[in-house]
Amino acid sequence: MSKVPSDLKYTRTHEWLRTLPDGTVEVGITDHAQHALGDLVFVEVPEKGRKVTPGEPFAVVESVKAASDVYAPVTGEVIEGNAALANAPEALNTDPYGGGWLARVRPEGAPGALLTAAEYEKLTAEEGN
Amino acid sequence: MARRTPLFAIHQAAGARIVDFGGWDMPLQYGSLIAEHHAVRRAAGVFDVSHMCVVDLEGEAVRPFLLKLYANDVSKLAAPGKALYGCLLNERGGVIDDLIVYYLDEQWFRAVVNAGTRDKDLAWMRRHAEPFGVCVRERADLAMLAVQGPEARERVAGLLSGAGAERALALGAFFGAEIDGWFISRTGYTGEDGFEIMLPAHEAEALWRALRGAGVVPCGLGARDTLRLEAGMNLYGNDMDENTNPLESGLAWTVAMGPGRAFIGREALEALRARGLERKLAGLVLEERGVLRAHQRVIAPGAGEGEITSGTFSPTLERSIALARIPASASDQVQVDVRGRLLAARVVKPPFVRHGKSLVG
Repeated sequence: MSKVPSDLKYTRTHEWLRTLPDGTVEVGITDHAQHALGDLVFVEVPEKGRKVTPGEPFAVVESVKAASDVYAPVTGEVIEGNAALANAPEALNTDPYGGGWLARVRPEGAPGALLTAAEYEKLTAEEGN
Repeated sequence: MARRTPLFAIHQAAGARIVDFGGWDMPLQYGSLIAEHHAVRRAAGVFDVSHMCVVDLEGEAVRPFLLKLYANDVSKLAAPGKALYGCLLNERGGVIDDLIVYYLDEQWFRAVVNAGTRDKDLAWMRRHAEPFGVCVRERADLAMLAVQGPEARERVAGLLSGAGAERALALGAFFGAEIDGWFISRTGYTGEDGFEIMLPAHEAEALWRALRGAGVVPCGLGARDTLRLEAGMNLYGNDMDENTNPLESGLAWTVAMGPGRAFIGREALEALRARGLERKLAGLVLEERGVLRAHQRVIAPGAGEGEITSGTFSPTLERSIALARIPASASDQVQVDVRGRLLAARVVKPPFVRHGKSLVG
């Protein structure tokens, strides 16, 4: 059973969001997503200063078998990509909600439609794994 | 519905991720693909390869039949049990399939062909077998397990009778023999030592469990692909097919063009060779971060363009490797278009890894 921390928000495309005390959001992929992708071997994080909109591919995670896009969950500006992942992409597998964070974004305006932990759990259950 | 091997229920119970491969429901991985890969490089792993098709070829004229049908020369097969890798070609010199042929006796050879090409291979063989009076018999009653890795042979030997173990451990590379009711051959698709075992389908589950009990790690098709690519072995449908010829697929060494040999496809290959081969299948090692994938564009400065046919992250080398069909005149430095970025790659001669050791620096 994959972990779905109750204090985070989620998207239908398997990203998580954590609102930090300074109002910025940290974004990553869920435990469910990392498990489905398998061993991750390469990560491309967005550059600082990049403007993103919800649903826009803003990071790439590659497993041994395939490359997958990660979508920006909010409108805003990237303030930091997780540079540590360049040499340790496996952090996405071992610590998806901690050291595996992908980017921090300063959101602009109201967030789009995000899911609560309970809603995300229901979504993954419906997807059958 | 997809076909299933006799071990399907075991894979499912083990929590394997199941994927379609050539019309078969097969395990992609049980847990970590990379851990499965390393198990084979460092100790021993077992693969269910029962989706592959075992075909017995029987008749007085089976050798002349294979001299015509097979692009490698079965005259090389003099000792019983000896195996020979090669291709079936069409008249245009295109590759119908790659396979292994075993010589069992003068009236009995055995071929092992790919799962996805089974139907067309059988049809092609039967069509050409008729004038030779050769019987083409699919052995759907057999399952097949590949046990691979530096410790694989010892682990298998431990499950055999005393005399059987002695015979199995005495098998030379690319030899097989009937041992304890199973056909055991010292062959594989990983670049490691090991055995492939053909046995009655109803015995497959017990062997699988016994191997697990002996500490052999179950491995899926994901690790099979990274292992074979590191070993520089082609995958049919990716690296060659009916529209490519073996000379441009890194398989010239399997085509026996000796005088007097009249195999199907020879004339086309001679014409191609006379015109000059424009492309070659080469190995690539990515020199930057990223992962090479099939169908990415390769730019060979001054020589033209090519395409990756198989690409992956190499768990042993911890960087990306690929096979690519590129201009024959390409230098040893190329660029690959990886998701819109041009990355530098070095052209090398496969294999990349052999017996656990890097061969590409």
